[in-house]
Amino acid sequence: MSGTHVSTTINGDAVEYVCDVEETLLDVLRNRLGLTGAKEGCSTGDCGACSVTVDGRLTCSCLMLAVEAEGHEIGTIEGVANGSELHPIQQKILDHAALQCGVCTPGVVVAVKALLEKNPDPTETEVRYWLAGNLCRCTGYDKIIRAVMDAASEMRGS
Amino acid sequence: MRYEAPDTIDAAIAILAAEDGIARVLAGGTDLLVQIRSDMIEPDLVVDIKNINSMRSITPENGGYRIGGAVSCAEMGEHADLCAQWPGVVEAAELIGSTQVQGRATMTGNLCNCGPAADSVPAMVAAEAIATIVGPNGRRDIPVEDMPVAPGKSSLTKGEIVESVFLPARPERSGDAYLRFIPRTEMDIAVVGVGISLTLDGHGTCTHARVGLGAVAATVLLVDDAAKALIGTRVDDAALDKLAAATSAACKPINDKRGTIEFRTKVAGVLAQRVAKIALDRAGK
Amino acid sequence: MTHSSDFNAEKASNLKVIGTRPARPDGVDKVTGRARFGADMNLPGQLVGRILRSPHPHAIIKSIDTSAAEALDGVKAVVTRDDFAENPDNHAVLCNVMAREKALYEGHTVAAVAASTATIARKALKLINVDYEPLPHVTDVDAAMQPDAPVLHDTIFTSGVDPVPTIPSNIVARCEFGHGDVEAGFAKADIIVERELKTAATHQGYIEPHACVASVSTDGMSELWCCTQGHFDDRKICAALLGIDVSRLRVTASEIGGGFGGKTTVFIEPVALALSRKAGRPVKIVMSREEVFKASGPTASTSMRVKIGVTNDGRMTACDGEFRLQGGAFEGSPFDSAAMTAFACYDLENVKSVAFDVVVNRPKGAAYRAPGAPMSVYGVESVVDEVALKIGMDPIEFRLKNAVRDGSQSSYGPKFGPNGLVETLEAAKAHPQYKTPLGPNQGRGIASGFWFNYGGETCSNLNINADGTVTLAVGTPDIGGSRASMCMMAAEELGIPYDSVRATVVDTGALGFNEGSYGSRVTYASGLAIINAAQQAITEMCKRASMMWDIPADAVTWEDGYAKPSGANAGEFEPMSLAEIAAIAANTGGPIAGHREHNADSAGISFGTHIVDTEVDPETGRVDVLRYTVIQDAGKAIHPDYVEGQFQGGAVQGIGWALNEEYIYGDDGKLQNAGFLDYRVPVASDLPMIDTVIVEVPNPGHPYGVRGVGETGIVPPLAAVANSVSAAAGVRLSELPMSPPRVLKAMDDAKQAAE
Repeated sequence: MSGTHVSTTINGDAVEYVCDVEETLLDVLRNRLGLTGAKEGCSTGDCGACSVTVDGRLTCSCLMLAVEAEGHEIGTIEGVANGSELHPIQQKILDHAALQCGVCTPGVVVAVKALLEKNPDPTETEVRYWLAGNLCRCTGYDKIIRAVMDAASEMRGS
Repeated sequence: MRYEAPDTIDAAIAILAAEDGIARVLAGGTDLLVQIRSDMIEPDLVVDIKNINSMRSITPENGGYRIGGAVSCAEMGEHADLCAQWPGVVEAAELIGSTQVQGRATMTGNLCNCGPAADSVPAMVAAEAIATIVGPNGRRDIPVEDMPVAPGKSSLTKGEIVESVFLPARPERSGDAYLRFIPRTEMDIAVVGVGISLTLDGHGTCTHARVGLGAVAATVLLVDDAAKALIGTRVDDAALDKLAAATSAACKPINDKRGTIEFRTKVAGVLAQRVAKIALDRAGK
Repeated sequence: MTHSSDFNAEKASNLKVIGTRPARPDGVDKVTGRARFGADMNLPGQLVGRILRSPHPHAIIKSIDTSAAEALDGVKAVVTRDDFAENPDNHAVLCNVMAREKALYEGHTVAAVAASTATIARKALKLINVDYEPLPHVTDVDAAMQPDAPVLHDTIFTSGVDPVPTIPSNIVARCEFGHGDVEAGFAKADIIVERELKTAATHQGYIEPHACVASVSTDGMSELWCCTQGHFDDRKICAALLGIDVSRLRVTASEIGGGFGGKTTVFIEPVALALSRKAGRPVKIVMSREEVFKASGPTASTSMRVKIGVTNDGRMTACDGEFRLQGGAFEGSPFDSAAMTAFACYDLENVKSVAFDVVVNRPKGAAYRAPGAPMSVYGVESVVDEVALKIGMDPIEFRLKNAVRDGSQSSYGPKFGPNGLVETLEAAKAHPQYKTPLGPNQGRGIASGFWFNYGGETCSNLNINADGTVTLAVGTPDIGGSRASMCMMAAEELGIPYDSVRATVVDTGALGFNEGSYGSRVTYASGLAIINAAQQAITEMCKRASMMWDIPADAVTWEDGYAKPSGANAGEFEPMSLAEIAAIAANTGGPIAGHREHNADSAGISFGTHIVDTEVDPETGRVDVLRYTVIQDAGKAIHPDYVEGQFQGGAVQGIGWALNEEYIYGDDGKLQNAGFLDYRVPVASDLPMIDTVIVEVPNPGHPYGVRGVGETGIVPPLAAVANSVSAAAGVRLSELPMSPPRVLKAMDDAKQAAE
């Protein structure tokens, strides 16, 4: 089988890879590019652990073929922090102890970042519905929601 | 598996028509990839339609809206005028999957998959939506209710693509709504789904109504008897009771992991009443 | 050096680090995606391992032909039952890991391949030809107990009954606990309620599927990386199944993406090792979500009968329960702990609790958070709720009247020591939620619950570094922030800042044996080992200071991070800090360390009480959880954030169990909902905030008073939610999950009965 060549942008950097058509974006991120921050929890779009952004839009990377990334801008958890400076949602998740095992955390961070870019002042209900596709089995969501509300508030400067 | 991403619909049709093996159109891919990954299907060809510009827009047309076959549900939700005109259809489309899924899933894909529980389809049926199909033999329009013929099976023929879905102009004093029943608040497949669109006259009497019903039969149903229960009434309690009875009577559900026959039949009537009230409220505004 | 684990009231009231909420040391890696979980490990030359699973719930495996798969280009090894020697000591685990004579459930491993790519591995699986002879199957616990049920194993003769049966059955064992005379007790009762109840099997639902990489080299040296709750346990069982010396197998625990008991045993690990040994290359196996549901270790489904007698003034006169648990295709359901925990909240004169361990054609169960307790306590607390209602007594008052206290005889044997049940009930009574009025179609539920908590075999090291920092080597994987707790306890003892301490979960080559992270034991048992190790290091540091000062070692004391002369008689010396002592350690005898190996046996029992308000849609049976409060005795909360997190997580798993989660089997014996779409765990929008109240009644067996907190939180919610929904729906629900069709039917049936 001959692979397909793909040119894309990941976290602002031009990236090229060769992949099989069957491979998902998640497969390529994890297995070919070494970007293992996105996790495969279900491969059916039900858990959100593989969340990335495509042209700024939140997406399950398990539900997208790697060849579909051609010409698009992909954002992954590895690109959320600005160098050694954590994004506010990352810091607030730490501050609020809003993780236990941490395997859903990369997906949650990517999803929340996308939310706050779209809606800087979400209600608790809006946050909960936005994150309905990010399963967390450890925390019962309480501390995650508090961390998001706190991060949103801080990012608004209030 | 081959992957093609043509930039015109004619090219897409030609590629599909020339394929002898199993071919699939890839729009959002949120169902297709799950099917491929779980070995449900092994396509020889996947044709990605997202590079076809004409299928990526929501365009006003004759007072209604034409929604391209590659427009994501999230894009529909971000279109303020569309939301104002057909709130029920947009709400239904926005119930499909998670935020993540919303960003890629398309209403057209939801229609073409022909799942009996597809959320957007009862709402489209109620809205009298028309699917515009392009294929090797040209272009044709069909009512969306004619798309599914069996679970997972559409009336499309080889090489055909749904280019767009047309939502007609909404008459004055009309409103639409969609509700589904799921055990959780999100992320489930509808156990029952009901879409209703209705129009009132100047005195508040219902002059026109359509009721689309999902997840209670092999395909999404257009329930005329349920519509008749509303037409000519002021959508009062008596009419709503008749609506519930007619809706429940139309159900031909199965017992499965998501619900029982008894439950689906009863809840279909309950939902129909709730949906009618929302549609009525919207029509009155 | 003594290793006292006695509660030290003076110390416990003067803690500086314990009780604060610092960021966890592994936190940045986990919010940036850098942390490496099971599937994130890769080795050069690694092959892809894939598993062939039985499509039948019960079938004789007549033959397995792997020749076509082996001939496929890119296939490097195929293993079957022939690659695993019989192992009488670990028979059930061996048979579960790789089917032998029979496939006993849909998803049972039958063969496995290692190939150069995933595509080739998938193709190879399709080329393996297995000749099955399907047999009748049974998946329901009650059906499996019937005399005419298909029998899974002709080697099972029910134990615990006299005489021992002469014909095999699916009933592995019967156990009985209790005391007094329940018949005499019921005779004294004014009101007796007896109910049959059921709970569905649920899955731990960790988000990270099982994953491992195995590498066996030609000289037999073997390495295994895996996500696990207990890598020393994995080493023990894998070495036994593969016939490898324990010394030749090094197991490294990756970060673990949730376990809740489900990662305390092996599934794919021995298979990956066998493939690697055969292929001569590293092999990685990652389960799909479907495999996790079908072939890891869910918890038991149950059926039970509970009978409780009370006097009109609210005193329980007798309790009698029978609990039937299926643990999948092999022995080992948590039937005994179900029986032991069922009535543990109550101080009873007459109690009898009987349980059965039953096998069915389902995957072999594994532990799930307080194994057995949520189900039996659901039954008991449902009936308790009903009797309290019947006599018109407030459910908290009723429980207070019957609650165990310090010195109470437990329902399963030992006398209880100091415990916090009464305190949790009092806190519940005083909580604002308990006083808030309810609206129409709303109900409030209360339930209490108990878990033993465990200690166990533990071994930890503490090293004083030359720069004055401290590193900890811990053998219990961090499943929920335990590195932070370990660092806090070390910092507390040593009198240095939290940030100066770092903990590593080390591989099996670096420490003696550690039981895994289960039984709510980590903070208690590993933590106590760290405390003891720190005390040992302090003794050594005092000795080093005494050498510098040339005074006797026992004339030096340790205070707030400094060695000081113990009094004026000892001499006048400037106190030496830990860093100063560490800096000159090379000249005073070499590295300074502390270590501790123990079988910790003073874990404190734990009780909790939950309050939940729900609303039921009378037309659809859908339940909304409106408000929830967890009140639990933590003994002493080391890091309160993570204690609250355990309370909240347990409660929400319990809510899922109560409302929507269930293994659904078809008549064909196959699992119908092996994915997160239809196995419905709670999502963020399903829930309110989960309030918590940490009660602290010290464990007399721990210097700070620590009790385990991880498991108790899942014990009360099944019953609390059931009691709440029953109140809201106006009808008693007696089967979990209380899914909308079930609730609606119960309401409709009740309405019809009333008409």
